[in-house]
Amino acid sequence: MNFEFTEEQLMIRDAARDFAQRELLPGVIERDEKAIYPTEQVKKLGELGFLGMLVGLDYDGGGMDTISYVLAMEEISKIDSSVSVIMSVNNSLVCWGVEKYGTEEQKQKYLKPMARGEKIGAFLLSEPEAGSDATSQRTTAVDMGDHYLVNGTKNWITSGKTASTYIVIAQTNPELKHRGINALIVEADSEGISVGPHENKMGMRASDTHSVMFNNVKVPKENLLGEEGFGFKFAMKSLEGGRIGIASQALGIASGAYELALKYAQERKTFGKEIINHQAIAFKLADMATEIEAARFFCLKAAWLKDQGKPYGHASAMAKLYAAETAMKVTTEAVQIHGGYGYVKEYHVERLMRDAKLTQIYEGTSEIQKIVISRGLVD
Amino acid sequence: MKILVCISNVPDTTTKVKFKEGDSLFDDSGVQWIINPWDELALTRAMELKEDAGNSVNEICVIHVGGASADATLRKALAIGADKAVRIDACPADAYHVAGQIAEYLKENPFDIILSGIESSDYNGSSVGAMIAEFMDYPGISSVTSVNLDDDDIQINRAIPGGKQVLKTEAPFVAVVQKGIATEPRIPSMRGIMMARKKPLEVKPAVELEVLTESIKFELPQEKGACKMIDSESAEQLVELLKNEAKVL
Ligand SMILES: Cc1cc2nc3c(=O)[nH]c(=O)nc-3n(C[C@H](O)[C@H](O)[C@H](O)COP(=O)(O)OP(=O)(O)OC[C@H]3O[C@@H](n4cnc5c(N)ncnc54)[C@H](O)[C@@H]3O)c2cc1C
Repeated sequence: MNFEFTEEQLMIRDAARDFAQRELLPGVIERDEKAIYPTEQVKKLGELGFLGMLVGLDYDGGGMDTISYVLAMEEISKIDSSVSVIMSVNNSLVCWGVEKYGTEEQKQKYLKPMARGEKIGAFLLSEPEAGSDATSQRTTAVDMGDHYLVNGTKNWITSGKTASTYIVIAQTNPELKHRGINALIVEADSEGISVGPHENKMGMRASDTHSVMFNNVKVPKENLLGEEGFGFKFAMKSLEGGRIGIASQALGIASGAYELALKYAQERKTFGKEIINHQAIAFKLADMATEIEAARFFCLKAAWLKDQGKPYGHASAMAKLYAAETAMKVTTEAVQIHGGYGYVKEYHVERLMRDAKLTQIYEGTSEIQKIVISRGLVD
Repeated sequence: MKILVCISNVPDTTTKVKFKEGDSLFDDSGVQWIINPWDELALTRAMELKEDAGNSVNEICVIHVGGASADATLRKALAIGADKAVRIDACPADAYHVAGQIAEYLKENPFDIILSGIESSDYNGSSVGAMIAEFMDYPGISSVTSVNLDDDDIQINRAIPGGKQVLKTEAPFVAVVQKGIATEPRIPSMRGIMMARKKPLEVKPAVELEVLTESIKFELPQEKGACKMIDSESAEQLVELLKNEAKVL
């Protein structure tokens, strides 16, 4: 066992840290408050190669390993999770699936521009009546011979409005239940697609979350990902990797809040001493640091398994569960350590606390992670 | 045209500085090393010159005198965009020693433009660039705030008190650069980091050179006193304190 990062992994971590400090920190409070999409920031993130860092060099990606991805996601999420969720969805939900299961034509046409960060991808699984229970897909993709005809509504779609490329999960053969589900690449400007209003969210307010409606949308047959009926499995496989991204995001939110709290506790004085010298505060920080370290190990272990080509679904569910719960707990304590100052926007921790909540919900709620983990125990 | 950028490997600016062996040596345990900020800006400007198709810059090489612990810093320079890195394998003793090593390399491997930062953020010597120029008998220009090439005509701006001086020179020359040479250092891209793997990092043996100075002892500056906040309405109190307490008036 080796706990050392490589020189390259550290370089990527530092690059992400410099980017977050220089490009994301200025304006992060305003973008959150006014729900302003981080257009410029995402563009620069793409130019540096972060949006496609996991994609191979042959397809214009960064060719980086998943460990590096965890390090980069953590650094970016310390400052701005609205940006890191866009990075996570693009890398691990959209690009990954096209690279792994797509045809050569699909990779040339759709993967390359997303890996370069010139186009953004979105992953359309959730529906008004199908969140945790993703098998009950109502969106249909009827086989019309030379194309699929897609009808239905997807909701909660990250990058729903900005994305140019959608991966849509839809039911083709209802009688086969989840084995009748397909995954299709759909161009966002196809006729018949309309995008709902921006969701006015509690946290990650600068990322664009929308419903997407499909009304007789024609999708060419060659845009099927994998085989007929592979769609549900495709979605579950994608989420296994996606959860490493969201776990690392949660880790970053937690460590960002912890760093602020640690600094504040050394500056703020009450009763004649810095509050870190009150044991109640010191012990909070000790717990926070310990749980963050554990969350980091979970994320890195899942990433390492993935890089080694070993099964990682169980580990990524554990990482996502633990890191999300840690993020919620640590950010709440970070607000507490800041006292009244923690309750206002200027000090950042209230935003991190709102952002943390989402990591317990999307890409499988904490309850769903426990289902995945417990099923894995008896497999 | 070929540009050589001198790189110093310095402790991160947030490092808590400690000394060892009776305060005669810097204690580098646990230190994070970075490219000296001025040298990083010099590299940024070198890259801008190379990217500008209007001139003939076709190679950027970074050079460092030091041990293997600096290799990570040199590879970062390669990831940012340098084409090649050279490390002269020596324990840098003082500015004369460092400049002498670089000059020896230059004699065998000529460059047109040699850029060095105005100072390194660790020992603050501000001497290496000028000494290289002296060793090589090249024009050495200090306080450089911009280097421009127009069809390989070289135009340089220098900061002088209260204004600037514009001058011309011929290659090869040494420019000691400072604030203004480039706006912001570059963040290495994923592709750059990948490409750096394949770029050469040559390690050259050092030449025997006299060391002219010896460091005896380091001292930290006195700790700053507590900050006193004075109400904006109380100018009199401020004057009183500046006179009688700080004794600066
Ligand atoms: C901001 C945001 C962005 C999102 N981005 C995307 C996206 O890009 N693409 C996409 O497809 N989806 C996205 N989602 C959707 C997200 O993945 C779902 O909201 C999530 O899976 C939960 O589904 P639901 O909201 O329908 O809740 P429900 O499934 O209705 O769950 C309600 C509650 O019941 C619990 N529960 C449900 N079933 C069980 C069970 N069997 N046992 C125990 N407890 C259970 C849940 O844990 C939860 O607490 C996003 C959501 C949000 C809020």
